[in-house]
Amino acid sequence: MSANRTSRGSLATGLAWISPWAVGFVVFLLAPIAMSVYYSLTDYALLDSPVWIGGDNYAELAGDGLFWRALRNTLVFAFFSVIGSTLLSVGLAVLLERPTRGAAVARAAVFLPTLVPVVANCVAWLWLFNPQYGLINSALGAGGVQGPNWLGDSSWALMSLVLMSLWVIGSPMLVVGAALKDVPASLYEAASLDGMTAWGRFRHVTLPMISPALTFNVIMGIIWSLQVLAPPMIMTRGGPDNATLTFSMYIYKTAFEFGRMGYASALAWVQILITLVLACGALALGRRMVYYRAA
Amino acid sequence: MNQRPNNSRGGMPGGAGRRAGSALILLAALAYLTPLIWMIALSVKPAAQAGSATIALLPRLPEEAPVSKASPGYWAALAAQASANYREVWSGAAADFPTYFRNSLIVGILSVLGMTVSSAVAAYGFSRVRWPGRDAVFVLVLLTLMIPQAVLMSPQFLLFKQLGMIGSLLPLWLPSWFGGAFSIFLLRQFFLSIPNELDEAARIDGCSHLGTFLRVVLPLSKPALAAVALLQAVATWNDFLGPLLFLNREEQYTLSLGLQMYQSQHGGTPWNLVMAASCIVVLPVLGLYVLTRRFFVEGVAGQGLKE
Repeated sequence: MSANRTSRGSLATGLAWISPWAVGFVVFLLAPIAMSVYYSLTDYALLDSPVWIGGDNYAELAGDGLFWRALRNTLVFAFFSVIGSTLLSVGLAVLLERPTRGAAVARAAVFLPTLVPVVANCVAWLWLFNPQYGLINSALGAGGVQGPNWLGDSSWALMSLVLMSLWVIGSPMLVVGAALKDVPASLYEAASLDGMTAWGRFRHVTLPMISPALTFNVIMGIIWSLQVLAPPMIMTRGGPDNATLTFSMYIYKTAFEFGRMGYASALAWVQILITLVLACGALALGRRMVYYRAA
Repeated sequence: MNQRPNNSRGGMPGGAGRRAGSALILLAALAYLTPLIWMIALSVKPAAQAGSATIALLPRLPEEAPVSKASPGYWAALAAQASANYREVWSGAAADFPTYFRNSLIVGILSVLGMTVSSAVAAYGFSRVRWPGRDAVFVLVLLTLMIPQAVLMSPQFLLFKQLGMIGSLLPLWLPSWFGGAFSIFLLRQFFLSIPNELDEAARIDGCSHLGTFLRVVLPLSKPALAAVALLQAVATWNDFLGPLLFLNREEQYTLSLGLQMYQSQHGGTPWNLVMAASCIVVLPVLGLYVLTRRFFVEGVAGQGLKE
């Protein structure tokens, strides 16, 4: 109530309270990031000391075929994965919003794969995707369809990973679900009185009201899908024919398999830049299209 | 399973539309459970049947002379097959799952403790202490959420190498003792919702900030603290990149890394055993989720909170 509430405290008290975070921020984030800027300007074989080479690492990128391949793979993966999981999470959140026990059980079922450790999830999908005896091709075969060699075919492998990523949408679905609960019932009633169809209500009431949650999901989806690493590493090792070599995986291989810390750091900075540009782009687009409720 | 149609919500399409909706709901639930269901089904099969194209949830048992699934002998044979598979994974020579399990447990407990305590302290500083620049620094906390892991990979590896921690469990849990951006965000939101009158009363009673934190704020924040602890427990249990980067000896492996090594070793482990190992890795997380679903949902849905 009063104007000077929680006025106790001073800079020193405040800093003392946040000191655990502040120390960790400097040691585990700021210092590594600063080191990474420096390393990106050096030739740094893992076992030697870094040697200053200026912008040579960045110049090398232009002629590095694997860099362009990894970049394209990652953008294609992110594009389809973000669009697919955004549409699917909205569809499922709307479908499972009803207050029945069955819907509650289904919500839990859809959320479960989000909790499964990524390695176990990859193992399960390795079997599902197996061309000879995996469930997907067995089921397709029972229907008379010859399924593709999913992960083993360079024109299907990346899309197989996209498909698998659509099973991990528990978080965006819950975020949309929470936003749906906040839509005032009176708006739906008014829309019904105006004779709107179910689709009209969704298009003109639900969608504008949940658009901030959607923007949030798209931005988080972009950040996450651009750094996809474990599935290609565990399931395909980047193959076949580099078809699933993602950007993060290329950074990992450059640093820890090829032992080129300097070049890996330059790659990492390109990734930061792309993430930042795409996330800010999504935010700006969101600003234009999102309906923000007057407080 | 059967849901009586309820007609309390007006303006909804009746009969047919509702049945189509229920069918869709069932389909969605089944689709998302499919990988898990087959993981469990394969884990109790004999090796040959786990790698066969015949679609069957339950194996034909006993292998030499299959009997009908209705006969009591079938279920005894299934139990024997399951226990043989799981015993082979748990005590077989190919991998040391009891050790991986212990390592995961150690890292998990230390990370959860560290993350919950340090994030609560920092969140108090960002919500109930007033100091110049507080909100600007909090924006910085949120910005750190956007840093891709790949950027930190090499420099963090070099940092831990300098500190002589590579090949120990330390890099996996030590950073969590310095708070996490998302946990701080979640707890700060919760702390802000506690009425200020309460700590004013505490102050009049002579409580310091520390006293207010321990005696007023923390006891009122149990649900938020539980959410932070659970999300951290799952994140640590599931982490693959950290162990891959920082561990180099098998005695240090966590379950995730151990499972990956087990799956990929010398020409491949039989599917039934890989799936049994996967179930061992998944089960603790699922158990935790079933017991504490409410806190999870609140924690994850909390992400979408307006600024």
